[in-house]
Amino acid sequence: MGRYVARRLLETIPLMVIISIVVFMFIHLIPGDPAKTLAGVEAPLEEVEAIREELGLNDPLIVQYVNWVKDALKGDLGRSFKSDLPVTELIWSRFQFTIQLVFAGLIWAPFVGIFIGVMCAIKRGTFVDLGGMLFAICGLSAPGFWLGLMGIQFFSVKMGLLPSGGLGTLKHLILPSMVMGTGIMATLARYSRSSMLETLREDYVRTARAKGQREQIVMFRHAFMNSLIQVVTILGLQIGGLLSGSVLTETIFSIPGMGRLLTDSIAYRDYPTIQGILLMFALQYVLINLIVDVLYGVINPKIRYD
Amino acid sequence: MSNTQNEQAKINTSFEENYIDENIKMDTDGKVKAFVKKFMKRKTAVAAFFVMFLLLILALVGPSLAPYAPDAFDYNNMLSGPTAAHPFGTDQFGRDILSRIMAGAPLTLGVALSSVIVGATIGTVLGLLSGYYGGWIEMLVMRGADVLFSFPDILLAIAIVACLGPGIVNVFIAVAVFTVPSFARIMRSATLAVKGSLYVEVARSLGCKDGRILFKHIFPGTIQSLIVNFTMRIGSAIMAASSLSFLGFGANVTDPEWGAMLSQGRSYLATAPHMVYLPGLVIFVTVLAFNLFGDGLRDTLDPKIK
Repeated sequence: MGRYVARRLLETIPLMVIISIVVFMFIHLIPGDPAKTLAGVEAPLEEVEAIREELGLNDPLIVQYVNWVKDALKGDLGRSFKSDLPVTELIWSRFQFTIQLVFAGLIWAPFVGIFIGVMCAIKRGTFVDLGGMLFAICGLSAPGFWLGLMGIQFFSVKMGLLPSGGLGTLKHLILPSMVMGTGIMATLARYSRSSMLETLREDYVRTARAKGQREQIVMFRHAFMNSLIQVVTILGLQIGGLLSGSVLTETIFSIPGMGRLLTDSIAYRDYPTIQGILLMFALQYVLINLIVDVLYGVINPKIRYD
Repeated sequence: MSNTQNEQAKINTSFEENYIDENIKMDTDGKVKAFVKKFMKRKTAVAAFFVMFLLLILALVGPSLAPYAPDAFDYNNMLSGPTAAHPFGTDQFGRDILSRIMAGAPLTLGVALSSVIVGATIGTVLGLLSGYYGGWIEMLVMRGADVLFSFPDILLAIAIVACLGPGIVNVFIAVAVFTVPSFARIMRSATLAVKGSLYVEVARSLGCKDGRILFKHIFPGTIQSLIVNFTMRIGSAIMAASSLSFLGFGANVTDPEWGAMLSQGRSYLATAPHMVYLPGLVIFVTVLAFNLFGDGLRDTLDPKIK
């Protein structure tokens, strides 16, 4: 087990390096001279030169990269152009809101999704199956921003039951949690249905039935528990989607999280902040996948010996 | 080259042309018929196909069929709900929403379709090459895909737009880039699966050049995975493009792009909710049609997943 975790950890290092190069290159991929873009069209030459010096744009690329990584490892991602605050501080202050949203989505969606999927698999070919899968594909096809705005219109404007934006009480989280979770619920419903159908066809399920095991135990212990292995992997991949879904959710409900910070920074061309947020999102994604892979090794002993 | 060798080469090609290709062709003809017959049994997928077809027609002729000009102001009819004259209601300038949706169809669908076509082509070529040659090409392409995948979902598109600046052309580029890695991965595994087939082996032993083997023998074998993924990705491309426009990074606010219309409607949620409901409903129906069609295709082409 230890060896498997260690190998998996080592494998992420090259990925992290490439991600850091991509995020670093971001500022150099902006068409034209970044210093000029930052200073504005009518800025005097000295100002452009000062910005170039400040960003170290005169150094060779490799030197710039090494310096940037060194600083980043120390937790220094530069200063925001807009507010002049350190980027790490800015991101940190917004991070908690995004995490709240991610949890708000995770608290119901995977369970409902897996439940729907398993029910559809057990009742395969019936109206339950048809209805469940139609519901899932609708959830997958409905734009989150549309659902969110309709939710606000109905529950906040018309019924006056829920707040239309911001965070604070649990009530504030209900609508955002619906928007965050819908996609993950739909995806998991689809995957757990096909995963359950696959395990139901396995020999060990037939054996369990043949030896006269009770149907509930066959379904739960033999089929369902084994079908979860695939579902966990998909869940890991979906959490990355949740992070990016927060960009839309935060915009709809005026929540000052990381996603909102990203869209605001893009509007202000606040490049160090954009760079910092992209790096954070990518690292979170890699980290989540690492955790999922390790969990995968825990619940599926076969994989460790490959 | 000696005469005999020349002759041998000729025999080889003619053998290949007359025997192998003929066989494959006959095979595909039969397959297409069987496929259509099987597909027609899936009623939801057939219905989705018709909706999809209508939408594509709408994108081609919609702007000329629209009852009003998409930017015709009518100050006597501002923010009016659905009426006989304006079945989808009007917006804050009294513009007819139905006409705007029709005029916006080529914009929304055009961006989604063209970016998926470009992304799919690049991804397919990369996937074929990395699956066929392996080695450093494979490593490079797959690590590249890993990096792109670490910016989940629309986050990658947002990052690209952040770099290139807002605008519909940049949305096209962003969605195309965001489409590449999924095709590269899927086509690589499809290539690996076909590569070991007997007919590829035969083609190689007959002295076919790599390019010919790749595009005439391997590519047709992977086409099922390609088509299924292609339809599925159009749905996500429409979603990504309209999300970007909703966030204000895509189409101009004056353009009748569906996501941009929804974002305009946000300010009038309390007084004119139809400005949000209807464009969103159109995006939902469009994405749903492509997803249901893709599902039907997948189930028909590859029944084992079902």
